[in-house]
Amino acid sequence: MDLGPIDYLLWLIGFFAEVAVVVCSLKRRNFLRYLPINLYVGFTALVSLSEFYCLRRFGFASMEYNYLYYYSDSLLTILLFFVVIHFYQHLFVEMNVSTHIGAFAIFLLFGTAVFSYQVIAQHKDHLTTRFVVDLSRNLYFVGVVLTYVLWGAVLKLRETRTRLIQLVLALGVYFTASAATYALRNMFPVLEPSILKWMPPIVAIWLPLAWAFTFMKVSEADRLETAQLLARAR
Amino acid sequence: MIIATLIFVISFALLLQFFVSYCRSVIASSRKAELSERVCEVAGIRDQRVRGEEFARLTQLLHLCPGRGDDVGELRAVSVYYALLAATKKVVHPVSAAVARWAEDERESCSYFAAVALDRRISYSRELLAQQITGSI
Repeated sequence: MDLGPIDYLLWLIGFFAEVAVVVCSLKRRNFLRYLPINLYVGFTALVSLSEFYCLRRFGFASMEYNYLYYYSDSLLTILLFFVVIHFYQHLFVEMNVSTHIGAFAIFLLFGTAVFSYQVIAQHKDHLTTRFVVDLSRNLYFVGVVLTYVLWGAVLKLRETRTRLIQLVLALGVYFTASAATYALRNMFPVLEPSILKWMPPIVAIWLPLAWAFTFMKVSEADRLETAQLLARAR
Repeated sequence: MIIATLIFVISFALLLQFFVSYCRSVIASSRKAELSERVCEVAGIRDQRVRGEEFARLTQLLHLCPGRGDDVGELRAVSVYYALLAATKKVVHPVSAAVARWAEDERESCSYFAAVALDRRISYSRELLAQQITGSI
């Protein structure tokens, strides 16, 4: 598969957006505060570079590229799962339940791994690869559900921390747009070569761009004053 | 095909929900700002209360006034939200008065947001003018 100029452009924008997230959070001295986000985005940038190298060196159909793609995808999904858990810890910071959330996350990760293993256990060939792919898919689904529950909690608790809201919102939009793209590709396969093939890379760019914007423009102290509070104040 | 359609409809509804939440957060952040006498005079606003239907006029005034350009994205999002609310109000009005009232309240908030943005732009223009006068002296 040959990459065209638009592929290169989208890849470059995505890569620089990922670097921008890490740079902005370092500049704002929030690197450790949002460590899971920075790890996820940093690894995504590294994976982008490695995939680019592998694609050029071995080609799209090579075993090397396929192994790199599926194994790195699995690693990134695990990191993204911890990003979601990290948002939960931020949201419930005042309730001092950080340890419980951490334990729940480990339990969920372990449970998903066991479930994934049981599904593919009867296959004797390529057991590890099948396990990695299945774990990635199941954990992604768990992450999507957890993000929607998290967004529900943000709305229910009337969260006012602008940065946290925008970070969670960006993740929710990313998961939802990914699902919509998947659905559209199944509904209109005719549009795949002309329009829909650009959707996944554009959706992938969204997340680092939105997070970079949030780290750049929204400070940790920014708060939303809800309409209800204002009405009460007046 | 049915599953794909279902996923698409649900994701579209969720994206809409995220968009509405985002716009409401943008609008909420402007509610704490008091409108200056200057903008009230320019836009004909009384008692710090901006009516929903004034949004179009306020955005026209915004286009006439130079700004830093940092509010363009937010203004665009709120304009789309306002159009959505206007459509909702029209469709829902005969069926549910409560939803129509909520849509009207939200439209008023959109107009207030536009008035705050106009206020900021007027201050910016005055600053620019003052700088130019000082520079020429």
